[in-house]
Amino acid sequence: MGWNCRECQAFVEKFEGALGKGKGRKLYAYKVMMAKKMIKFNRDFDNFKTACIPWERKIKEVESHFGSSVASYFIFLRWMYGLNLVLFAFMFGLVVLPEVMMGLPYGSIARKTVPRAEQERAMDISVLLDFGGYCKYSILFYGFYNDERTIGVLQFRLPLSYLLVGVGIFGYSLMVVIRTMARNSDEGGDGGDDGQFTFAFKMFTSWDYLIGNPETADNKYASITTSFKESIVDEQENQKDENIHLRRFLRVLANFLILCSLGGSGFLIYFVVKRSQEFANLDQDELSWFEKNEVEFVMSLLGLVCPPLFETIAELEEYHPRIALKWQLGRIFALFLGNLYTFLFALFDEVNLEKEKSIRNATIWGLNEYYSNYSSYHNTTDIPPPDIHPADVIRGPCWETAVGIEFVKLTVSDIQVTYMTILIGDFLRAMIVRFLNYCWCWDLEAGFPSYGEFDISGNVLGLIFNQGMIWMGAFYAPGLVGLNVLRLLTSMYYQSWAVMSCNVPHERVFKASKSNNFYMGLLLLVLFLSLLPVVYTIMTLPPSFDCGPFSGREQMYNVVMETIENDLPAFIGNIFTYATNPGLILPAVLLMVLAIYYLNATSKNYQNANLELKKKMQMVNEHYQLNYLAKRPGAAANGKGVNLQNDVSLAAPNPKAAVTHPPGPRGLSGNARGPPPGPVRGRGRGTPPPRH
Amino acid sequence: MKEDVKVKVLIPLLIFIIFLCSRLHGRYHELAPHLVPMDYTNEPDVKIPLALIVSMPELNENPFRNRIVESFSEDGAGNLSFNDFVDMFSVLSETAPRELKAIYAFKIYDFNVDNFLCKEDLEKTLNKLTREELSPEEVTLVCEKAIEEADLDGDSKLSFADFENMITRAPDFLR
Repeated sequence: MGWNCRECQAFVEKFEGALGKGKGRKLYAYKVMMAKKMIKFNRDFDNFKTACIPWERKIKEVESHFGSSVASYFIFLRWMYGLNLVLFAFMFGLVVLPEVMMGLPYGSIARKTVPRAEQERAMDISVLLDFGGYCKYSILFYGFYNDERTIGVLQFRLPLSYLLVGVGIFGYSLMVVIRTMARNSDEGGDGGDDGQFTFAFKMFTSWDYLIGNPETADNKYASITTSFKESIVDEQENQKDENIHLRRFLRVLANFLILCSLGGSGFLIYFVVKRSQEFANLDQDELSWFEKNEVEFVMSLLGLVCPPLFETIAELEEYHPRIALKWQLGRIFALFLGNLYTFLFALFDEVNLEKEKSIRNATIWGLNEYYSNYSSYHNTTDIPPPDIHPADVIRGPCWETAVGIEFVKLTVSDIQVTYMTILIGDFLRAMIVRFLNYCWCWDLEAGFPSYGEFDISGNVLGLIFNQGMIWMGAFYAPGLVGLNVLRLLTSMYYQSWAVMSCNVPHERVFKASKSNNFYMGLLLLVLFLSLLPVVYTIMTLPPSFDCGPFSGREQMYNVVMETIENDLPAFIGNIFTYATNPGLILPAVLLMVLAIYYLNATSKNYQNANLELKKKMQMVNEHYQLNYLAKRPGAAANGKGVNLQNDVSLAAPNPKAAVTHPPGPRGLSGNARGPPPGPVRGRGRGTPPPRH
Repeated sequence: MKEDVKVKVLIPLLIFIIFLCSRLHGRYHELAPHLVPMDYTNEPDVKIPLALIVSMPELNENPFRNRIVESFSEDGAGNLSFNDFVDMFSVLSETAPRELKAIYAFKIYDFNVDNFLCKEDLEKTLNKLTREELSPEEVTLVCEKAIEEADLDGDSKLSFADFENMITRAPDFLR
């Protein structure tokens, strides 16, 4: 432990105060001690915060065995769970709880009671599983909520709260998605120069010398091996030779086949929906289960069959696995989008406004008759309300509850299909392969069925579209968000168990792109698409006259107008009137467009400046290396070309588009060697060793 | 000025060292109680063999434990006297300077002790890291790439200068 003079001086300067240089020694020592305690406290608090993140160890375990792309699915699932938990808190705390605690109980008014005609079957399990009977007239659906302006001691305004929560769910989700996208794109921008020593760093710095636990050590070995394999795949991709024409032709062929299958599935759904509209006109009791649920069945079937079909066709294309995943995601997205929107059109077609108008008119007419009879019979003007039991009142069809029921049924069937698929497709398959292998002619594990691989694209898209359905259905069925929270929780445990026990790692393990913005971008798109039907309903369709928190009003958003007129001071009403003036809104929109354009231009300029700085750094580095080499005896200027880092992330268009940087000045040894010959040396995107 | 430095630095330093040493010696002693004396007045020449040292919990899970102990021993066979023992832990600690760590890291990865990291050394390192789960082609590919990346003087093996140049750019080479 030899200390030279330089180090001694540094030691003294550091501890000058503590060694008693003079005045203020005690205060200095105290300050130093408090600073140290503060640092320790901060570090402990950070450790605590990290320990609080749920499922972290489980995800790390999956990552070490299966690679970062499979783990990124579970991280996404965890993020969704957090989002849904917050949405559930909003819906439950601001809509469901007030109605339950301060509103009228079941059976007190017409909309909260099962009608007389349905009462004998209301408790049957088959009716309950179809969300009819007592389920239909419960807090799960829109129709239960009363339309009184204020309820309870606290004067809680339920209709206003319902509307604001319905819209607020979208607003909050939008904010969270955009914030996550911004944060991800921020991290994706570092990278810098570490593509230069990928393999060397991995070899010499990836082991954590602080590991003492054997299980942790096992995980670490697995993750190091996987990380090496990922880099090897990247390197091999960059070295492959290609026959361009054959490849292009195969790719065009593959795209054509896939377009055909997409068209086929669209046509099938259209056909089935038309048939279901015919079935709706027949008597419900005569239809078999299959005919009643045909639409959901066909949609689930398409969702199961098409993705593997797309994957098989995609083998013609021979893309890098990361790029192939992106294509697969895009195609499955198109499939699910077509399915979902067809389903939506079918649903809103069934909203039969004529029938409702006729029942409403009949009710009003009946009431008027009652009043005129009563006043002519008893000769008073003070008429009590009609004395009918709530179960006997004539009801309108209440289309919002019907729509809510459809969404809940679709979500439930989606959950069932997903879990069944995992059970049969993965677990049963693994059992069969493992146990039948002893008495089978060919090797089941290496040959035909073998163990399944985890289907990342299918699962991610399933998650995204499930969320889209929740967003659409939450307005009509407040209980749906709670259902989704339960579903995500069980999914996390179920899928992580299934992956660890029934799946094998992909043959070609590849690194997930650092920026998860691709998933987030899809989610954003789905968010906008699911916002449209809800906003359309709120603005255009009239609410049912006898069920839900907006009954009796012309449009749903009238609640907001009423609140502004009655509850808020007069000048706020004036402000709103001015603010909704088109003369004010158009300039505001124009201003926002200009701001977007300006910010876009600024960000492009910053990116260019960044690139220039990187190039400068490269040149300086090269210059230093050449000088350093020239100083060593007998060293010739080495013709190592500089490779600008190749961005092979999920967002990059073509991994082969590497740029060769012309080599720097060669003045010193007079050796006129040009840039190295041979194929372009691209680099996979280097990352520092996985943090642990 | 030099007298001042000696007094102000060496005395607290001495106290600090004595305190640490007593704890370290406790650990050294418990590895082989019958071998290690508590009394050093006669300057006994005691060395603990390799097998006992790698059984320490801090080193037990480390794939390079044998090499670590060997590179700190004087005879190169892994028998550590107390001096060597203290040296080893001081280099492995967080407070050791970066250059020192680089020197010893080079020694650890140099399996055939020829002051160069040649391809065989790298292959051994890789196999220890992945517990031989990679195929031979993959191992060859990785070693070739690593030498390509770090070798500056073009002799297809890494001298200490090459290694140091590479390792000082590593983001988390401190543990």
